Amino acid sequence: MKKYLERLWNGLVKENPVLVLMLGMCPALAVSTEAMNGIGMGLSTLAVLVFSNLIISLLRKAIPDQVRLPAYIVIVASLVTVTELLIKAYAPGVSESLGVYIPLIVVNCIILGRAEAYANKHTPGLAVMDGIGMGLGFTIALTLAASIRELLGAGTIFGLRILPESWSIAIFGKAPGAFLVFALIIAVMNAIGIKTRQRQLVESGCDGNCALCATACENRTEEQQTEKPAEKAAAPEKGGEAK
Amino acid sequence: MNTSLIMIIVGSALISNVVLNQFLGICSFLGVSKQMKASASLGCAVIFVITIASAVASLLYDLVLKPLGMDFMKTIVFILVIAALVQIVEMFLKKNSPAVYQALGIYLPLITTNCAVLGVALNNVEDGYNFIQSVASGFGTAVGYTIAIILLAGIRSRINEKDLPKPLRGAPIVMIAAALMSIAFMGFGGLK
Repeated sequence: MKKYLERLWNGLVKENPVLVLMLGMCPALAVSTEAMNGIGMGLSTLAVLVFSNLIISLLRKAIPDQVRLPAYIVIVASLVTVTELLIKAYAPGVSESLGVYIPLIVVNCIILGRAEAYANKHTPGLAVMDGIGMGLGFTIALTLAASIRELLGAGTIFGLRILPESWSIAIFGKAPGAFLVFALIIAVMNAIGIKTRQRQLVESGCDGNCALCATACENRTEEQQTEKPAEKAAAPEKGGEAK
Repeated sequence: MNTSLIMIIVGSALISNVVLNQFLGICSFLGVSKQMKASASLGCAVIFVITIASAVASLLYDLVLKPLGMDFMKTIVFILVIAALVQIVEMFLKKNSPAVYQALGIYLPLITTNCAVLGVALNNVEDGYNFIQSVASGFGTAVGYTIAIILLAGIRSRINEKDLPKPLRGAPIVMIAAALMSIAFMGFGGLK
């Protein structure tokens, strides 16, 4: 049981996909205009992630190693198509406001990244929990950023007015605001000493590929982890004690 | 759909810039923009791949998917076609023009599933562009990407020399630079 809960905690906090691993930046920047969009995108990704982790974990012995990436892409693309059709049918408003970013979940780093780094090595139960943890982590990060943007840009959160209209700064609701808000969130995390993988993203470039960057970086982190795991495991415990 | 081709190219390159306005291809935009030379090469490779990919995707959609009523399959079909296409382009260049391959080679496989490629293909279908319009839109988008990444690479070479507050070093300052560029690009909205 503990193993399963550890997966949830891992996805939500320790390895939060957006804020710590810096994966899935494209959709995170794009749809974080309103808190509601953040939740919509987060939950769609969560659904795809849970099922792709489950299927890939179940098929992990059946898929030959050489063709695993194309196989994963087909699985993920099918799931995304199903999700897209379901959203179109049952939540047309969400589908309208998220537009092309729903089909683009296919190339979301998080999904292929988790398949490659976790689901294809672990049992279905653990893989599903990993998907739920990562998906919720993505949803929360996205909703947080989107709430900040909505609050500053329109003075509302989830459509509820919090600041008077005359205080809103329209630029935060537009494209530049996305870059600014994420830059500031990461800067705050740097300032309070939470380690992110942003250095890796910005310095080594993750090879510049959205979907495969996840896997390239995971491989790299795994290489580095041989030196680091003790340090990584110790850090959150210390934080917990201090609180 | 009477938009002229020039308007499509200008629109997709500047007005709704793929990186600064639509947030596609952020990974490579933040990652590769460290070096000017690499950015320029990646830009060329992206122009090459996106133009071809949007041509092929448009043909496939008009000639195969639409007549068969398999509209909903477009995501799966496009992503597989793009992945295969990049492989073919890579093999073709390796064999027939080693010079180009030398310059662009290492960047080609990286673009395979860059979300910008799939994004453009899907957007073209969404906007109901025909074959020629799709190619123009693909080309324009890729040129916009190249402009953005080369500009950012230039800015970053200056940033590296500055003494920044510690929390801003790394990704935050790059994203702030991108935010300022994005504000500048909003000015192109007036071209419409």
